[in-house]
Amino acid sequence: MLAPPFEIMLVAALTGAACALPGVFLFLRRMALVGDAISHAILFGIVGAFLIVRDLRSPWLIIGAAGTGVLTAVAVDVLRQTGRVKEDAALGLMFTALFSLGVVGIARGVGNIHLDLDAVLLGELAFAPFDRMIWGEWDLGPRGAWVMGGLLLLNLVLILALYKEFTLSTFDPDLAAIFGFRPAALHYLLMGMTALTVVAAFDVAGVVLVVALLVVPPATAALLTDRLPSMLGLSVLLGLAMALGGYGLAYALDLSIAGSMATVGGVLFALAFLGAPAHGLIAQARQAARQRERLAQQMLIIHLLSHEGTEAEREENCVETLPQHLRWAPAFAEQVIQRAERAGWVMREGDLLRVTETGRRVAEEVLGAHGGTISSP
Amino acid sequence: MGDAMSHAALPGIVLAFLLTGSRDLPLLLAGASLSAWLGALLVVFIIRHSRIRPDAALGLVLSVFFGFGMVLLTVAQRRPTAAQAGLERFLFGQAAMMLRRDVEGIALAAALILLLIVLLWKEFKVLAFDPAFAAAIGLPVMALDVLLTTLIVLTIALGLQAMGVVLMSAVLVAPAAAARQWTNRLEPMVILAGGFGALSGILGTLLSSWIGRLPTGPVIALCASGIALFSLGFAPHRGLVWAWKPLRYVKTRKVISPFERNPQLKDGTPGPLP
Repeated sequence: MLAPPFEIMLVAALTGAACALPGVFLFLRRMALVGDAISHAILFGIVGAFLIVRDLRSPWLIIGAAGTGVLTAVAVDVLRQTGRVKEDAALGLMFTALFSLGVVGIARGVGNIHLDLDAVLLGELAFAPFDRMIWGEWDLGPRGAWVMGGLLLLNLVLILALYKEFTLSTFDPDLAAIFGFRPAALHYLLMGMTALTVVAAFDVAGVVLVVALLVVPPATAALLTDRLPSMLGLSVLLGLAMALGGYGLAYALDLSIAGSMATVGGVLFALAFLGAPAHGLIAQARQAARQRERLAQQMLIIHLLSHEGTEAEREENCVETLPQHLRWAPAFAEQVIQRAERAGWVMREGDLLRVTETGRRVAEEVLGAHGGTISSP
Repeated sequence: MGDAMSHAALPGIVLAFLLTGSRDLPLLLAGASLSAWLGALLVVFIIRHSRIRPDAALGLVLSVFFGFGMVLLTVAQRRPTAAQAGLERFLFGQAAMMLRRDVEGIALAAALILLLIVLLWKEFKVLAFDPAFAAAIGLPVMALDVLLTTLIVLTIALGLQAMGVVLMSAVLVAPAAAARQWTNRLEPMVILAGGFGALSGILGTLLSSWIGRLPTGPVIALCASGIALFSLGFAPHRGLVWAWKPLRYVKTRKVISPFERNPQLKDGTPGPLP
């Protein structure tokens, strides 16, 4: 038996990983908000099933809740297909209604039994070590770890077994339908996976953290990679990082565990948003700057060439007057000239700038690519 | 968007309390508005500057802001003062805890918002239906967009006390979706939506006070959803119940040939060959 903090970490890590897998496909199918709706709607299923069986640990709770989740997804699809409301409104209508019913159910029927609203929103990860899996005389560890581990395995097996079906129906549903992959069946299988995962994670993490675990890792991974396999792997890793980092933060500063996990997720996303190698804000800005500079250098040599040997050459191709003719700021012009010199495209002859052989070839290539020739204006 | 904004308001409320230590409503509402605004801005920024699509951007901002708000709430709960006790009511809302002063403030602010909408009615209408046209005829689209978002944020902040951050979107979405079923014009739709909203508010409050142990916010949300569901089913023209009938009618109708329908056609056609 592990010490309680490690058991909590284990449960948290398994939850993070299990949620990240269906989350990737929800993200790619632009259905992140369906995950949100399902996670709210299952409250009704849990409360409803509880009011019938009156046992908080009954498997009917999970079945009822997962069923409600899938039904929500179906109802949203049906509502949208009637064309009477848009998808976001259909989602908003469904999940608020079912969530309200759940809350009313808790307030009316459940009374003082442990199923209170704070637990609904935030989960009770801290209590995970108290709910144990007992088999005979053996203490097999916290129940949450078994449930989440089982779900992680289930999600993993389903995704690996139906990998090409899921991939194709995500990126090209029409082609998938032609191949006989039944995109609709896969769609509802994914909904079922999501609902089941959310229900299981609900106990551990609460409504809102489940949404964070479903959405944040895939969104962050999407900024870091362009390939599905690495996106899946990265999402699982990010889910782990969120879970463990969040728990660490909460443990160190005595904060809400679920809230800390979402916060850590937000920080991870912000880091990727700024610093991702290809899609980050910084990388994009640098690329834009590089492109601007390249364009300026090309403009410079073409300008020089088009006035070469003309009467205005002395006037046009002079270092001092260049900023004025090309309408550049003097500092920027100086920088462009220096870079072009270093690249071996131009050289100075006193005040005058001359294009080198290399520069001439580059200019021809650039103009050739655009179907033009150098001519005097 | 309304859902993301109302969730995003939570850290603002708690932060406003943590920084000032007071529980003055205007102060908390200012915090709520600011952080809801920031959330909306972030959603737009993320969509514009990355490959993240709107649904994920909304889910991301919603859950992270809410999570952060929860973290701040645990910090606030460690304060020795009893003042923090009321902060939790912003999660699910507690209309019964509102004071007369609060209600007066909300009424005043609501009247102001209504006045602005009436004054800028044409502008908002053009903006909603055809932003490109609005820009072409020289309206300050950006400023109007900002103003409209501010009005939504303020409305959310005002509603939080009664509805809570989780269910706020119910009263934003459901009355509008219901009103849409009854009319194809914006003017009646807005008036109807307002009416439906008020109706669900009154009905919800009455129900929750008649029947014991019913939280007000969820009951109001249920009333709003109920009205929306009824409208989806039974509104004239667009109601789904009516949509079934013509379908059967078409199916069972006899196929009429063009000649039968229009005998004149026959006259112009050449007769059978001899």
